[in-house]
Amino acid sequence: MTSTTANDAIIRTAEGVPLKLKLLRTTRRNRIVAFCLVVPLLLFILVTFLVPIAVMLLRSVDNPIVAETLPQTVAALEHWSGQGVPDEAAFAALAEEFTLARENRTIGRAATRLNFELSGMRSLVTSTARTLSRGEQGPYKELLIEIDGRWGEQKTWATIKLIGQRYTTVQYLASFDLHYDAAGRIVAQPEVRQIYVQIFMRTLWVSLLVTVLCLLLGYPVAYLLSTLPSRISNMLMILVLLPFWTSLLVRTTAWIVLLQTHGVINDLLVWAGLIGDESRVQMIYNMTGTIVAMTHILLPFMVLPIYSVMKTISPSHMRAALSLGANPLVAFWRVYAPQTVPGIGAGSILVFIISIGYYITPALVGGRTGQLISNFIAFHMQKSLNWGLAAALGTVLLACVLLLYWLYSRVVGLDKLKLG
Amino acid sequence: MKNTNVIVVGAAAVIIAVVGYFAIDKGRQASEAQKEIARLSADVERLMGEKEKIEKEKELALRPSSLTVVSWGGAYTKSQVEAYHKPWVKKTGIKINSEDYNGGLAEVKAQVESGTVVWDLVDVELSDAVRGCDDGLFEPIDLSILPPGDDGTPAKDDFLPGTLYECAVANIIWSTIYAYDKTKFPGDKPSTIADFFDSKKFKGKRGMRKGAKPNLEMALMADGVAAGDVYKLLSTPAGVDQAFKMLDKIKDDTVWWEAGAQPPQMLADGEVVMSTAYNGRIFNAQVVENKPFVIVWDGQVWDLDLWAIPKGAPNKKTALEFIAFSTDTTRNAAQASYISYGPVRKSAAPLVSTHAGTGIDMKPHMPTAPENFKNALQNDFAWWADHQDEMNERFAAWLAK
Repeated sequence: MTSTTANDAIIRTAEGVPLKLKLLRTTRRNRIVAFCLVVPLLLFILVTFLVPIAVMLLRSVDNPIVAETLPQTVAALEHWSGQGVPDEAAFAALAEEFTLARENRTIGRAATRLNFELSGMRSLVTSTARTLSRGEQGPYKELLIEIDGRWGEQKTWATIKLIGQRYTTVQYLASFDLHYDAAGRIVAQPEVRQIYVQIFMRTLWVSLLVTVLCLLLGYPVAYLLSTLPSRISNMLMILVLLPFWTSLLVRTTAWIVLLQTHGVINDLLVWAGLIGDESRVQMIYNMTGTIVAMTHILLPFMVLPIYSVMKTISPSHMRAALSLGANPLVAFWRVYAPQTVPGIGAGSILVFIISIGYYITPALVGGRTGQLISNFIAFHMQKSLNWGLAAALGTVLLACVLLLYWLYSRVVGLDKLKLG
Repeated sequence: MKNTNVIVVGAAAVIIAVVGYFAIDKGRQASEAQKEIARLSADVERLMGEKEKIEKEKELALRPSSLTVVSWGGAYTKSQVEAYHKPWVKKTGIKINSEDYNGGLAEVKAQVESGTVVWDLVDVELSDAVRGCDDGLFEPIDLSILPPGDDGTPAKDDFLPGTLYECAVANIIWSTIYAYDKTKFPGDKPSTIADFFDSKKFKGKRGMRKGAKPNLEMALMADGVAAGDVYKLLSTPAGVDQAFKMLDKIKDDTVWWEAGAQPPQMLADGEVVMSTAYNGRIFNAQVVENKPFVIVWDGQVWDLDLWAIPKGAPNKKTALEFIAFSTDTTRNAAQASYISYGPVRKSAAPLVSTHAGTGIDMKPHMPTAPENFKNALQNDFAWWADHQDEMNERFAAWLAK
């Protein structure tokens, strides 16, 4: 009797399978199906987003060239105090590995890497290797110093020791205008080579300014769009979206046509007699050009989230506030505006994060003074070929964005974010 | 006795007959064998011929249908198309896929390191040729493929000294000069390199290449440094400071260009009144487009352009053939009748004659013409290979401030 009651306590389906189990199976199947649907996107993100970022992080600290080309030398230098020049063992290892590397044609890469840190290392390394490959014999200390006096200098060896590390922080130091001096202390770069801190500050400042300008310009537009009858607002919406759909390059070029010294605006001003032909205003190929073009291009990213939030605010709220005696300004500020904060937050963070990594517009209209950090990352990718430094600058930029995102979530709250 | 004679004669006759028969038979056999041999050898010959034909066809089939040749675009590439590409296509039937770039090793490095090399041949500056070779980005070139000069001089003696390298073969001598628009200077006209840096005496915007090379050299020469002392001085920190101080003087009046086709365009648009430029581009604007530009040769910095093959190029063998073809005496001289860049072969120099389109004498337009060469500096590739990282970084920092 008791056993029957126990059996009856489990609710079964028509086939006799316990319902709990059946339910579990069904939900599991649904979960698997859902997962399978997500897999393509997941893989896509993994391959095109996470892997490149991981590679970039690795490249910013990875420093294999010298460690692989001159392993013995690097090992011999480990015991070197950093004072004067190292002992014969290091000189002998260097001579042997230079000869070998010249045969394998890997000496050039090592020379290039060392030259990034200390100018002149390239010719020192390649010419020494050339001389050594003629079969010169030791003792190597005297020989090398005879080949080139710089082998008798402490900073030459300090550079090899520093760049010989398999993983290094020199690229991050360089990103903050710092470097190791010959004694191994972290010091500031000479003033003529300091640049990145200033450019990072400039990038943050421009991003902030563009965000504020977009907000000032975009908020009224969004308000107008959300309050007008839909027949008119739809047409206005197309005006907002039209530039959004136009190629970035076309929009940037349009600004060049408008703003250049012999462009539409300057010609108009001269024609109207407001300025002389000699004193045309320089509005492009400088910071002004960058800010104007970026604000225009990023405006839809501000208007759209704010508009979608405003659309959901019932007009009765304002009417209620007014009927309760608030003047229109107070009603707007105390009742309406707080409800649009999620849209403002979403728009601002969108515009800010896009503009902090903006590349093409500053490159086209920024001239000399309107360049942002992305342009310098591109410079190191494409011109100087210092990919390690480019990766470090990129990582710092990424860290900046994450930090700001974290700050935003602490101050405003991510739950207040509404993208539409 | 008589009988014996008869028998002997008879026997002899029989023997002769038999021998004769055999001999004739042998002869017949031999001639048959000979015929057989002839037939067989004809067969062999035919087969050999067919084999050769098949091999040739195979080789033709293996040959690429096109070769990707990368150069600097504009008037310069046009001259190469006329002087090298067209005759090459006529001779070999292999098409040339011509691409443009703005110099530097970045694209070659990206291709080599990612293992997807699509360029077969690149026209590079000397410092990049040497650096790329050291870094293993270019294939070593067997210089014995270069044909001797028209006068029979072996290639290694026919090329000017310092134009053949482990991974690169020079094709032209070019120069960075500055040019001005003469309609913008009705009175005094700029005539020295110092005038370029004197924005008080000669007002107006200047154009300069966006990079340290060769602006630092020109700045020092404008400051009165003799061409021979420029690199000695630049090797000292004080010398570099001096060069940047000169650049400071015109920093706010300068528009920076990157592609070689920009300076003539900027001059034509009136965006600048004078600009540094590659001499051939200005020549092209002067002669072909009839622009009122004047070249100031004082303080010119000359350099070489070389052919180099990226490591792992898809059609390396054909690229080598193209190098040998395009740097022979005829082609080397022909190039100079399309643009004012000097040939690198001694045997080609006397063949330089008139411009292909207009028929004017090319010699006075060459960077190496004695009249133009009075105050000229050769770009020191070794110095740049050592200092370009530091100088370009400092230049970038200077520019952004």
